[in-house]
Amino acid sequence: MSDTTGYLDMELLRFTTAGSVDDGKSTLIGRLLYDSKAIFQDQMEAVEKASKRIGGEGEVNLALLTDGLRSEREQGITIDVAYRYFATPKRKFIIADTPGHIQYTRNMVTGASTANLAIILVDARHGLVEQTARHSFIASLLGIKHVIYCINKMDLVEYSQERYEEIKDQLDDFTSKLEINDIRYIPISALFGDNVVDRSKKMDWYGGSTLLYTLETVHIASDANHVDCRFPVQTVIRPQTTEFHDYRGYAGRVAGGVFKKGDEVIVLPSGFSSKIAKIDSFDGEIEEAFPPMSCTLLLEDDIDVSRGDMIVRVNNQPDVSQDHEMMVCWMSTRPLQLNGKYAVKHTSRSARCIIKEIRYKVDINSLHRLEDDKNIKMNDIARITIRTTVPLFTDRYQRNRNTGSIILIDESTNETVGAGMIL
Amino acid sequence: MKYNLTHLKELESEAIFIIREVVAQFDNPALLFSGGKDSIVCYHLAKKAFWPAKIPFPLVHVDTGHNFSETIAFRDSLVEKDGAELIVGSVQDSIDQGKVVEETGFNASRNGLQTVTLLETIEKHKFDACMGGARRDEEKARAKERFFSHRDEFGQWDPKNQRPELWNLFNGMKNFGENFRIFPISNWTEMDVWQYILHENIDLPSLYFSHERDVFIREGVIYSDGEFMPKRPEEKIEKRIVRFRTIGDMTCTGAVESPADDLAKIIEEVAATRTTERGTRSDDKRSEAAMEDRKKEGYF
Ligand SMILES: Nc1nc2c(ncn2[C@@H]2O[C@H](COP(=O)(O)OP(=O)(O)OP(=O)(O)O)[C@@H](O)[C@H]2O)c(=O)[nH]1
Ligand SMILES: [Mg+2]
Repeated sequence: MSDTTGYLDMELLRFTTAGSVDDGKSTLIGRLLYDSKAIFQDQMEAVEKASKRIGGEGEVNLALLTDGLRSEREQGITIDVAYRYFATPKRKFIIADTPGHIQYTRNMVTGASTANLAIILVDARHGLVEQTARHSFIASLLGIKHVIYCINKMDLVEYSQERYEEIKDQLDDFTSKLEINDIRYIPISALFGDNVVDRSKKMDWYGGSTLLYTLETVHIASDANHVDCRFPVQTVIRPQTTEFHDYRGYAGRVAGGVFKKGDEVIVLPSGFSSKIAKIDSFDGEIEEAFPPMSCTLLLEDDIDVSRGDMIVRVNNQPDVSQDHEMMVCWMSTRPLQLNGKYAVKHTSRSARCIIKEIRYKVDINSLHRLEDDKNIKMNDIARITIRTTVPLFTDRYQRNRNTGSIILIDESTNETVGAGMIL
Repeated sequence: MKYNLTHLKELESEAIFIIREVVAQFDNPALLFSGGKDSIVCYHLAKKAFWPAKIPFPLVHVDTGHNFSETIAFRDSLVEKDGAELIVGSVQDSIDQGKVVEETGFNASRNGLQTVTLLETIEKHKFDACMGGARRDEEKARAKERFFSHRDEFGQWDPKNQRPELWNLFNGMKNFGENFRIFPISNWTEMDVWQYILHENIDLPSLYFSHERDVFIREGVIYSDGEFMPKRPEEKIEKRIVRFRTIGDMTCTGAVESPADDLAKIIEEVAATRTTERGTRSDDKRSEAAMEDRKKEGYF
């Protein structure tokens, strides 16, 4: 916190917490912030005061560092995602502390959708429970590449290695069915700080790294897609001033690949091709544009390009289709309607869609396909197909999060009701 | 490592993406501009987002009438230099029209009244999206808010029922009369903002830098003397070397004693400091959930 040298070229790691209600997610984040000295004095005093008011004397409730809403403090649970920030000399972190309660799964998905890494907590007394399974599955669906299982509350099982190994085996077995490459296990006590920032003195048998050390060193540089060039156009920049009379720039954020001046590109959906004349920005011309860079592309030819179009490389194009197959995480109290119509957003493109088919619902615990259960309710995960009013330019979600993700919106309430991951 | 943005560049890119998204998704957006460092950074990011075109929305300043003169002077010179459009909503007008009643007493502040004037200004100009420089690291209720924060037709925030916000797909769809508050620099910390200001060489009001000022102390907070600042008999004016970590209305913004008179020194100070910047804001200290309550009513 106090070291500012090197601050300008630090890497950013976004991570999220997950796991069942009361497994200790918020306490862990509080502990991480506290032990890495990222808590300010006035924040700590406020938390001490609130802990006394709510819980009487005893340990300071570190969960109050993230549970900031009145009803969260009253009920002692997390309801919505809290974002917290801290930096060590090695990295800068954005934490999304998410709720464990099943009712608020959609908020967990919100927090996890932008994360590079997930910490999934497991209560050492209970082992793998339904929410552990649900959140692990969601993390895998969301394409989170690194998962750390923290076996928490080790203090309540006498720091037993046996118990830890037992839970680790349970999780190993379950996660072998998931698509997560990098899985790690750490036995911790969030309440007392064992193996969070400092090594535990009570668990000599554990030879691995502490949580903070793991967060500082996990390799994330290659997580983005640098192969498939995708540039969704957000808006067109036309200054129409004398100095920039003929300037016509396509503003957006690179969603995949590396763009360079002179690249042969094609604009979807029109199919017109051209070359990149310049990659521009307020700070001057850019040599190479890659994710998640915001910039402005200028083309050599004067062709019609507008918001919702996508600029891609001629020899590497996304799927252009009105029919899409996806896993969907449902987030509304109103069940998913077969043949129902919804608004959709995909990259910078908006459209409407109809739900053509509900293939199956996923049984969260066994990961079995329930082909006969087509009743998709809040917090369910299903495989569906949709047809959109206009073609979308997509990649498989597991290949590119930016061009493989889609949201469904209820047109009568304007609420976001579904999170789709294209297969 | 080659294709990797530094964290500040990544935050900048995210903010520019969001500002462009606002312009694309809404009919009539605005940038709430307080003259504080966070809104100045937002303004700078907006310039970057549309360069070489002009910023396609106006700046809105809710003027409590109790602002530091330095803030107003800074605002006016910036608007003039860039030819930006400025709309001022005046709390004094709301008071004169009898729409709000001014607090009285020594701790009276117009900070709460701002909400009424803000909502009126939004309604009068039919803004459907107001961007602002609030950051999640500032306060525990802000830490919970989405980038695109939906407000009902009364301007209210419902913290228990926020829309899911997935990936970078922002849903700005709304019913008639509703609007959004949008926070492009949600993910920035105080340190990020200062580092960015240094890196980008952004001009700030002189209040942020150490200077000598007439002040008085109330409940441990150093307040600036001024015509809107009623003082108790025992509160004596003295000269001190101070600067401000945040700039709001004069009546609720405290100063810190500091010799930091340039950005590099400020950054060193921010790195070493053990209190949050809102620790100097009395408006947050009125109760444990002061910010959440004000937000529910429509405050920024
Ligand atoms: N003994 C012990 N108790 C713990 C530990 N970690 C957390 N707790 C307690 O477990 C309870 C729940 O902790 P929280 O951090 O609020 O749990 P959570 O996972 O954030 O819960 P939700 O956000 O509501 O899903 C609190 O009473 C904590 O003090 C631990 O390591 N040991
Ligand atoms: Mg919690």
